[in-house]
Amino acid sequence: MTPDQARDIIIDALHQVAPEIDIDMVKGDAEFRDSVELDSLDFLNFVELVSKRSGVRIDEDDYPELATVDSCVDFLAGKA
Amino acid sequence: MPEFTMPSLGADMDEGKVQEWLVKPGDQVHRGDIVAVVETAKAAIEVECFANGVIETLLAEPGQVVPVGGPLAVIAPVGAFVESPPEVTHLPESPAASRAAEPSPPGAAVVMAPPPPAPLPRVSSPLVRHLAEEMGVDLASVRGTGRAKAITRADVEEAARRGTRPRVSPLARRLAAELGVDLRDVAGTGAHGTIRAEDVRHTVQATAAPGAAVRPEPAASPRAVPSAEPTEPSAAVPSESAAPPTAARGERATDRQAAMRRAIGRLMARSKREIPHYYLSTTIDMAPAMTWLHALNRQLPVSGRLVPAALLLKATALAARDVPELNGFWVDDGFVPGPAVHLGIAISLRGGGLVTPALHDAADLELSELMARMRDLVGRARAGRLRGSELTDATITVTNLGDQGIESVTGVIFPPQVALVGFGKVVERPWAVGGLLGVRPVVTVTVSADHRATDGYTGGRFLDMISRLLQEPEDL
Repeated sequence: MTPDQARDIIIDALHQVAPEIDIDMVKGDAEFRDSVELDSLDFLNFVELVSKRSGVRIDEDDYPELATVDSCVDFLAGKA
Repeated sequence: MPEFTMPSLGADMDEGKVQEWLVKPGDQVHRGDIVAVVETAKAAIEVECFANGVIETLLAEPGQVVPVGGPLAVIAPVGAFVESPPEVTHLPESPAASRAAEPSPPGAAVVMAPPPPAPLPRVSSPLVRHLAEEMGVDLASVRGTGRAKAITRADVEEAARRGTRPRVSPLARRLAAELGVDLRDVAGTGAHGTIRAEDVRHTVQATAAPGAAVRPEPAASPRAVPSAEPTEPSAAVPSESAAPPTAARGERATDRQAAMRRAIGRLMARSKREIPHYYLSTTIDMAPAMTWLHALNRQLPVSGRLVPAALLLKATALAARDVPELNGFWVDDGFVPGPAVHLGIAISLRGGGLVTPALHDAADLELSELMARMRDLVGRARAGRLRGSELTDATITVTNLGDQGIESVTGVIFPPQVALVGFGKVVERPWAVGGLLGVRPVVTVTVSADHRATDGYTGGRFLDMISRLLQEPEDL
């Protein structure tokens, strides 16, 4: 998977979980769980969407690598 | 005749706006069926019916504001229709139903005088009935102007000319209101021409060209008065929806915010004024629970995973069952125990405010089921689709601010409940176990309880029970 494809999946999933946020305002290196106020259920929804669309298995141990949009992209691109 | 009245959807509600009817006169309803969508300061609520029977008359128009306890509809017990006048009994709808969709006169929509007992309007002749059939007019939606409110030929023709009210999905209606779309301009593509959200979006896109005509804002449109012609499809939409989309959306959101703040303010002020709170708190070792949860989640697909909050809720529900003195209501200077543990969950809404819908029978749910129900509840709360019973049934409430990184929360009780449980974030802290110091995940739990109903000893037993339950997560 190219980084661009990964980024699309991430952005789409974020947008679906928190439709009211302005994705352009989310900085690539900012911890989005705080900046867009995702609670643990939102985050679970996010992980579920990303996992389903990318086909990448995501374990709880991987969650720390999903802190920012950039780190999510690295994680996905490195896995698939 | 049983009257279906505006339910109290929480102690902070004193009126609600009928947004949409999901039934029409003549429909069979059963206890628990969702019959209407009511908009409160907090959300659009799906209201359930509390009796079995047949909808005879709808007394409130969409858009109408009705106080709690005010009449919404008349529900006839099943079988009551055999007493109807013989000449109309073969009609599919009840005869009295023909008054149902009778539009309120303009401006009367917000006046809540209970309507006089419905006279039995009737169809004056079989010819009229035949005409209605031919023209596709539903007699139940026709207002009779003849003698004794009988429906005349002219009434049917008039109804046919006006056209019948289009079917609109609740989401589509809301979307249309938010985007300032006139539902009459939307072509429905759903079953029976139902207008769906998708159709509204298409209409917006189609008219989004620069300079597209936007219906002018009616001069000095007062917020509370719905569109003056109740027979119009847009009757359910507050008149400001006719304003340019951006203005309408902003104003609506602000109004809603303000209304919700007022509702929360009234309830919390009442709580602090009336309830002598006492507060207890303890810190719980979460190592066994987190280790167990982690191992479990490793074996599960993402969709089946549990979050720590699920364990906290389950432990709270079980403890509330074991200490029933904290699970119930303070009513008329006495404690009334809850019929079961219906765990209220404080859910913050995006953009501000909160709702506290109930997770029914939480103590009896398997963890996986509790988790699924919690996800469903949060999703619907944020989408504004809660059911009436979910907003009224909570017997004890839990607030969990852990996701924000808060370590402890000392909450305000939701009257008439007698206890509120607060969980902070699960954090790693130095912790002494068996004479040794280690780093463990811990959580601080607080109970705010009504001192009229219980004393600190009871609250202490309750917290101790939660703590003990969390040490054996496999039994939850």
